[in-house]
Amino acid sequence: MNKYYADYAATSPIHPDVVEEMTEVMHHIYGNPSSIHAYGREARKIIDEARNVIAKSIHANFNEIIFTSGGTEADNMALIGTAYANKDKGKHIITTAIEHHAVLHTCEFLEQNGFEVTYLPVDKTGRVSVEDVKNALRDDTILVSVMFANNEVGTIQPIAEIGQLLSEHQAYFHTDAVQAYGLLPIDVKKMHIDLLSVSAHKINGPKGIGFLYENTGVRLQPYFYGGEQERKRRAGTENVPGIAGFKKAVEIIQKDRQKKYDFYEQLREKFIQRLKEESINFKINGSESNYLPHIINVSFPGTDVEAFLVNLDLEGISASSGSACTAGSLEPSHVLRAMYGSESDELFNSIRFSFGLGVTLEDVEDIAKITAKVVKRLTD
Amino acid sequence: MKDPKNTRVVVGMSGGVDSSVAAYLLKEQGYDVIGIFMKNWDDTDEFGVCTATEDYEDVIRVANQIGIPYYAVNFEKEYWDKVFTYFLDEYKAGRTPNPDVMCNKEIKFKAFLDHALKLGADYLATGHYARVIVEDGETKMLRGVDSNKDQTYFLNQLSQDQISKVMFPLGHLTKPEVREIAKKAGLATANKKDSTGICFIGERNFKEFLSQYLPAQPGRMETLTGEYKGEHQGLMYYTIGQRHGLGIGGDGDPWFVVGKDLERNVLLVGQGFHNEALYSDAIIATKVSWVSNKEKPKEFRCTAKFRYRQPDNNVTVRLLDNDEVEVIFDEPIRAVTPGQAVVFYNGEECLGGGTIDKIFKNEKQLTYVG
Repeated sequence: MNKYYADYAATSPIHPDVVEEMTEVMHHIYGNPSSIHAYGREARKIIDEARNVIAKSIHANFNEIIFTSGGTEADNMALIGTAYANKDKGKHIITTAIEHHAVLHTCEFLEQNGFEVTYLPVDKTGRVSVEDVKNALRDDTILVSVMFANNEVGTIQPIAEIGQLLSEHQAYFHTDAVQAYGLLPIDVKKMHIDLLSVSAHKINGPKGIGFLYENTGVRLQPYFYGGEQERKRRAGTENVPGIAGFKKAVEIIQKDRQKKYDFYEQLREKFIQRLKEESINFKINGSESNYLPHIINVSFPGTDVEAFLVNLDLEGISASSGSACTAGSLEPSHVLRAMYGSESDELFNSIRFSFGLGVTLEDVEDIAKITAKVVKRLTD
Repeated sequence: MKDPKNTRVVVGMSGGVDSSVAAYLLKEQGYDVIGIFMKNWDDTDEFGVCTATEDYEDVIRVANQIGIPYYAVNFEKEYWDKVFTYFLDEYKAGRTPNPDVMCNKEIKFKAFLDHALKLGADYLATGHYARVIVEDGETKMLRGVDSNKDQTYFLNQLSQDQISKVMFPLGHLTKPEVREIAKKAGLATANKKDSTGICFIGERNFKEFLSQYLPAQPGRMETLTGEYKGEHQGLMYYTIGQRHGLGIGGDGDPWFVVGKDLERNVLLVGQGFHNEALYSDAIIATKVSWVSNKEKPKEFRCTAKFRYRQPDNNVTVRLLDNDEVEVIFDEPIRAVTPGQAVVFYNGEECLGGGTIDKIFKNEKQLTYVG
């Protein structure tokens, strides 16, 4: 049985060059970057080089990058760190109903600790309106967190517009760019972004490493205490091999970015076209104009997502519903709920396919064919 | 039957030792085994961690040890609608429900079986102590070989259609043997404690749990002749034949629950384990279901259990209309309780069963029982 990985939005395979880079570092460079001897300096050099490459990738300055253990930590740090450091200016936070749980659950934690959070709705395409952000803004708003592009349906948010709006307001602007980074051009200065989270493992880098961009001047309270690493924002000896791998992954993802983007568009078109040829009933969840091409969230009326995913897996296709699990069983997606309401069928019959490095046009055709076979079996 | 390797078996895995061994044995026999965990109840602790997570973690460990794919499926809505609603309704009616029987009938061997079939399964397997054989052109359900663990009592509502798609890999084993197999195979759940009580209540206090859903109405305790014996905390907390929790002191034999007067909200009590009021000699059972599709004689002799682990009783069964039967006992039986299951056996074979509805002694209905 052929196996097809179609869950790149969950995580992606590590690029062989990244593996090589990390292996090299693990073999030879083991100094502590904080040490004042030759071994330490060697390790420190790797981190500085990586910081440089990563800062440039979003048009940030060198000293505006904080390495974290991944996207979740970056989100937590951005939200909790700014909330606690700026509570003298207000306790109001604005976010959206479709954020990743790393943001949503952190907001719930902040609510339990005296902060007030406004969760903005989205339209049927999964997009938040700038007007809603504007209307929700108050004098005591200290932070607005809107994801760059959604991880379940791929809808791209009006980040530059929100940034523009907030440039006149005290509130900091955070965006979780975990899913968009590497595929969309990001300029934190032009977009007026103050805080931005990225994770390495979504871009063919290693797991366990990510970064938070923090605009110079942002007041951020650290919540790891210890040494003076990351300008005291995040104590703890750095994950040097991870950082080295992250840098390599960023270099690779930036190369021919537009070409890759265009290829993912082709994969998407081919996949949808193939599904149409199978004459099964389906509908794309998300936006027709503002979307990440590699994420395709499809609703198949008459199917049931739990049986569907298991069937796909047993046929060799690894896809996802995009939503969270408790004890392994699926909870209806909060993103689809925000788009369609809590009673809609899409919550129970939608599958997320996501593509990336190494996926071919033939692969997506096969995936579409097998998917259609499963749909026919389940709707018989 | 197909070759095992072309036979797909979905095993319902709870994270306990029984279903772990069931999956292990099937895998050893060469079947195409898939482990699935059912999440039927939503319960989170103070940090929002779902209590089912620990059990699912055990399913994952065992499935990986055995080398089978594992998944989970959510039947919270079905469980609530079909089992928990029934459970509360029965308590409201002053009866003692058996949610395990209902769960097997409506969830494990219906919703879950349907799910398994959707995954291309030929069979659904569970870790129940019962056996299935094909004989005389139909599928029969036999008691588990371990008479101490036999679970056919809880499976009595399964139909021919259901039972013909089921495997019980532990039916020929005793519990100590199952533990031994788990230990030898090094399964992560080999030493895991057996779960006790009703699944959705778990180890919690039953009274506290029930009071979250049904208002407790305290009232009087009386003897059958109307003598006041104190206060009860709510009729739903008591079952027929119960001794504990009455708090009636004094001399003589201990006190037992002998009945309930729902209308007056009075708990009826009597003295002595063998109190005469606790004995009955016939019942009418409703919602009777037979494993076999073959027509039954209008009247026949067999044995019956009126509660789990009770020794068999000789009875005569008379078929009435509408899935009802009259069951006449050879000897009077103590504490037969409305709402519980009556299950019929012919030797090793479990014939089916129903819900105990009306209770009689000397051809008179014992209305005080409920």
